[in-house]
Amino acid sequence: SVSSSFPFSLLSISSRKQRKNTIRDGFEDILEERRNSSDLKYALRCYAPVLYKGVTPCKANMLKNIVLQSDQLRYVINQVSQESGEAPDIIQEEASVILEEMAHRLQISTVRFFAFALSKAFKTLFQHVCVNEEGIQRLQQAIQEHPVVLLPSHRSYMDFLLMSYILYTYDLALPVIAAGMDFMGMKFVGEMLRMSGAFFIRRSFGGDKLYWAVFSEYVKTMLRNGFAPIEFFLEGTRSRTCKSLTPKLGLLNIVIEPFFKGEVFDVNLVPISISYERILEESLYARELLGVPKPKESTSGLLKARRILSEDYGSIHVYFGQPVSVRSLAQGKVNRSTYNLFPRHIPRKPMEETQSFVNDTAYRIVRLQEDNMVLKPWVLMASLLLQNLEGMELSVLTEQTVWLRGLALSYAAFLDWPDHAPTAKVVSSSLALHRGLACVSGGRVSLVVGEPLGPVTPEEALFNRAVSVLSCASYRNQVLHVFLRPAMLAVAMLHLSDEVYNCFSFLWDMFSNDFILCPGDTVQDFEEACYLLVKTGAVQMPQQDIVMTDIGQPTLSFFNGLLEPFLQGYQVVCRYLCEEASEGLTEKQYIPAVRSFHSVLCVFTGNLRCYEVLSSDMQKNALAALLRMDAVRKVKVADQVTLIVNKMAVNSIDDILGKNRMISHINQTQISPSLSLVAVAEDLCRDGLTPSYIR
Amino acid sequence: MHHDASPWSEIMKWNGWGYSDSKFLFNKKGQAEFTGKRYRLSGMVLPSLQDWFENTFGASVNHKSPPALNASAVPPASLNEAFVEDLKATGIPFSHEAEDRVFRAHGHCLHEIFALREGKKFERVPDMVVWPNCHSDVVKIVELACKHNVCLIPYGGGTSVTSALECPPEETRCIVSLDTSQMNRILWIDEKNLVAHVEAGIIGQDLERLLNESGYCTGHEPDSMEFSSLGGWVATRASGMKKNVYGNIEDLVIHIKVVTPRGVIEKSCQGPRMSTGPDIHHFILGSEGTLGVVTEVTMKIRPIPEYQKYGSVVFPNFEAGVACLREVAKQRCAPASIRLMDNEQFQFGHALKPQVSSIFTNFVEGLKKFYITKFKGFDPHQLVVATLLFEGDRERVLQHEKQVYDIAATFGGLAAGEDNGQRGYILTFVIAYLRDLGMDYYVVAESFETSVPWDRVLDLCRNVKERINRECKERGVQFQPLTSCRVTQTYDAGACVYFYFAFNYRGLADPVHTYERVEHAAREEILANGGSLSHHHGVGKLRKEWMKESISSLGVGMLQSVKDYVDPDNIFGNRNLL
Repeated sequence: SVSSSFPFSLLSISSRKQRKNTIRDGFEDILEERRNSSDLKYALRCYAPVLYKGVTPCKANMLKNIVLQSDQLRYVINQVSQESGEAPDIIQEEASVILEEMAHRLQISTVRFFAFALSKAFKTLFQHVCVNEEGIQRLQQAIQEHPVVLLPSHRSYMDFLLMSYILYTYDLALPVIAAGMDFMGMKFVGEMLRMSGAFFIRRSFGGDKLYWAVFSEYVKTMLRNGFAPIEFFLEGTRSRTCKSLTPKLGLLNIVIEPFFKGEVFDVNLVPISISYERILEESLYARELLGVPKPKESTSGLLKARRILSEDYGSIHVYFGQPVSVRSLAQGKVNRSTYNLFPRHIPRKPMEETQSFVNDTAYRIVRLQEDNMVLKPWVLMASLLLQNLEGMELSVLTEQTVWLRGLALSYAAFLDWPDHAPTAKVVSSSLALHRGLACVSGGRVSLVVGEPLGPVTPEEALFNRAVSVLSCASYRNQVLHVFLRPAMLAVAMLHLSDEVYNCFSFLWDMFSNDFILCPGDTVQDFEEACYLLVKTGAVQMPQQDIVMTDIGQPTLSFFNGLLEPFLQGYQVVCRYLCEEASEGLTEKQYIPAVRSFHSVLCVFTGNLRCYEVLSSDMQKNALAALLRMDAVRKVKVADQVTLIVNKMAVNSIDDILGKNRMISHINQTQISPSLSLVAVAEDLCRDGLTPSYIR
Repeated sequence: MHHDASPWSEIMKWNGWGYSDSKFLFNKKGQAEFTGKRYRLSGMVLPSLQDWFENTFGASVNHKSPPALNASAVPPASLNEAFVEDLKATGIPFSHEAEDRVFRAHGHCLHEIFALREGKKFERVPDMVVWPNCHSDVVKIVELACKHNVCLIPYGGGTSVTSALECPPEETRCIVSLDTSQMNRILWIDEKNLVAHVEAGIIGQDLERLLNESGYCTGHEPDSMEFSSLGGWVATRASGMKKNVYGNIEDLVIHIKVVTPRGVIEKSCQGPRMSTGPDIHHFILGSEGTLGVVTEVTMKIRPIPEYQKYGSVVFPNFEAGVACLREVAKQRCAPASIRLMDNEQFQFGHALKPQVSSIFTNFVEGLKKFYITKFKGFDPHQLVVATLLFEGDRERVLQHEKQVYDIAATFGGLAAGEDNGQRGYILTFVIAYLRDLGMDYYVVAESFETSVPWDRVLDLCRNVKERINRECKERGVQFQPLTSCRVTQTYDAGACVYFYFAFNYRGLADPVHTYERVEHAAREEILANGGSLSHHHGVGKLRKEWMKESISSLGVGMLQSVKDYVDPDNIFGNRNLL
């Protein structure tokens, strides 16, 4: 039994309202009709969606004029002109060029082309594309009543074409979509996307006032007038790990501001969860995380990638969540009258109150996306396989998958388990679909490791092994949001020191870059964790204690194993910073350095358990956590950012994470810089293997 | 001696708006008519009103909710005997008859009129009414009130819509309603300086009529001018329809005499502007009866204008109309009055078209012709109308008119005739009667106003209407409410916006409570959209809760310190404002 310093009186009060309503809509397969009727007819059918309050759609050119003549933009143009000494006309021209580069040119003919081409492609790639039609109906209603912002999760390039495809299918207004400038590298395709509603923003435009003004006014003009739903990805980029990413706030700020300024009555945010049974970019992502640079978007790359078409990627589930009213969310949190004393067309940094509201909202939406992500049986199997890297008996895997299914369901996971199919069938068909990741031989299931031709160095072997672990981890990661809170509590109970709540809170803080943990929700999350563990009988809570029950062992140890890679990974980073990092370590050097430190560690000690720390994602998150906890500081020297390590602090964090978990100390002299994983990755790149990694 | 010294309460309704002889009703044929002889609509049959009424509210003339008469459910008077004795000695008339007391226990808020109609018991009413005849009577009354610790509530025309006349239920002292109606003389007219010295109890229409006899006017015409008093205007910072020519009350007032518990506030001269520290008049203007009684006012007068001309302009939509009014304000060429009614009010005006009319040319028919022939682009469910009133010498008026119509044309506005303009202004006076008709058929209605910077006018109007619709829905109102607004005043930096809001309350247990929650939400929406707490109605007790937010707690403290100095024993204890 472990004592807790947590005030449990609070717990009993709020655990009652703990679980949200988890009744979810059913799905319809939109490909079914496509398989039975003409795609051409479908692409050419009448398309007449209803817009916000029946406004007539706005021609792209008219939209540009509205933006260029807006008070907002004119103000910034004059300001920039005064600051730079350039004539306003010239700045105006610049603004016009920016807008030209940015603006969408939605054309129904292009949309029809995509409707046709995607129908063909989807039918080849996927078994089903499932959509919750009730969500579509809610969306249709919302579009007519309020400006709507579509916020899909982002796991694949496919996401935004898929979204437009679905909206076209249901005769809903096509969204305009914020896309990264990198697409514009793909000459022809970029323009096609533009004509299907994409608008392009540069990846970074930090101090560029004019750019920001054109961009934000462009988005706001579309929103205020309700010309089209706005779509963007809160996570900012595709998640390479299949975990939701910490939301970016820039665009969300822009779409919420018109509400605070009273320019619109309300704005509806629609969280959309797009779940892929198999992600097209699966092993590409793993390699990217291991330091093989992301292939540049190019049309030829795309054509090469068409061999994906010969594979089976299972099904896609798209869940349109309940529209979230910004007005209701902001009720009592933001005092709109603070906007009364400042002209609305002059850009101003959002107030603290607003910033924290937008931040909370972003987290809330991402959690809603997570909640409605559809999980396949394979996700549960991957979680188990990763805890048994040496392989598992098929029968054991099957048995444990069934057990885990029960656990997941009692934690309200949105599990798509085939009806009426025997478990063995479910397991075997999952293995068949993911045969690139796991294989059965002699009744044992183990991860598949790619075997390059020719002799294999230990580093190459490690790299290949890591690719397969990280690919598999991207499936396990999909279930983490369901188990995360109880899992952190389990770790706190099993491994860490005396005070459970303090430990939980430490882990919560530590991992808040890796997982979606809403700022300030520590107590609530702890309560939820307790509630869930009690509910499934894994722990009891007599008086002030949290005690594991007789039957709690499997659950708690599964949870512990689930988070193990993260705990280990963070420890490796701590170790590196304490033992290895040189004085003037720059931010740029950090990732390759940790990677090589760890690969050497693995190769020389023969301990092949913690591959995941080789992922740049985990390394970045660990560094961010240490920065947040003031164990590491950033110092800008010349144009380099240097990391200053407070070894004492890092050491003590390492201590708390649990010394015994880590592999034995190694001899410093064994480390040679030439033997690094980075080098392996670089070699592979030189060999021109980059875009065709897809197996 | 103990009688109602005023004939007023005999010709006025005790449980509704205005004159007893004037009201809307549905006659036996089911047609609406307006009774009496006082207004241009009086005696006329309004054939479209029933359809409009039934379609707008989902109401039916078959579902009647007539008032239950119960004028005498009045709590007994609790008199301060010593005060009464001393008052008797002064010879100033007073009364503690139930009718006199109830008549002065309320203004014209929906909840007040509703309670009267339902025969609900008032928690607290004045214990007696006193009728001073002049300034020195008021001085005596206030002295006696201080001596005997009696609470005084000044009463002018009784048209308050802010719960300002309601007696605070927690008040344990004897409450005396000080009715200024007998102080209704013009004491002198100074033609050299064009000012008149007037007793503050005078009612607006009497003041204008008496000044007209001498060839003058004040030009101050609030919509309530038939019934509201000069003292009331000062106490609430009233605004008149023709303020563009004559100014609002604070611009019109040259000198104010006020009796307070500390004595009489006066200035030493009638200089047209002074730099003598903050203007003490501004402590009085808007003080809502919390500091003392305004007894005499010197105010500006003007010769009666040689020529008056109404006008109207139709715009394709509200946005265009607002843009035009903004431009007119920018060019500072606003006519004496310019108002923009939204489409709902335009339709409502349509419904009040009399059956036979030589006075009103046929607005709608004319308009229909308009658009069928020349101006097809106008959508009857979008178009709005601005009403105009020009004043001055004939030539100037015609010139001015052209200037305004030219501006209107640039915003797609089309001149729509004098009659339509005049009609719009007549509506202003009869609309208050219409609320009583609504209440006969399960419809409650109220109006509220705000002032707002130009750039926020459209956003505020849209958001407030939407908020009302949404709140009604959430609070179980089963029929679509009527929400309508008009821009009634233009200023250099913004406008005054007036909202009407009405709904059919069948099926609601407590319609007044529902109404109040919705109005509360609407006011919050106004404040969140950059509107003020009030443009001219005042704060009273209805909007007190927002004072801190509106003028900061330091501001409230400043006002409180004046109250504490002028009236340390809270003799003027109506508890308005602070």
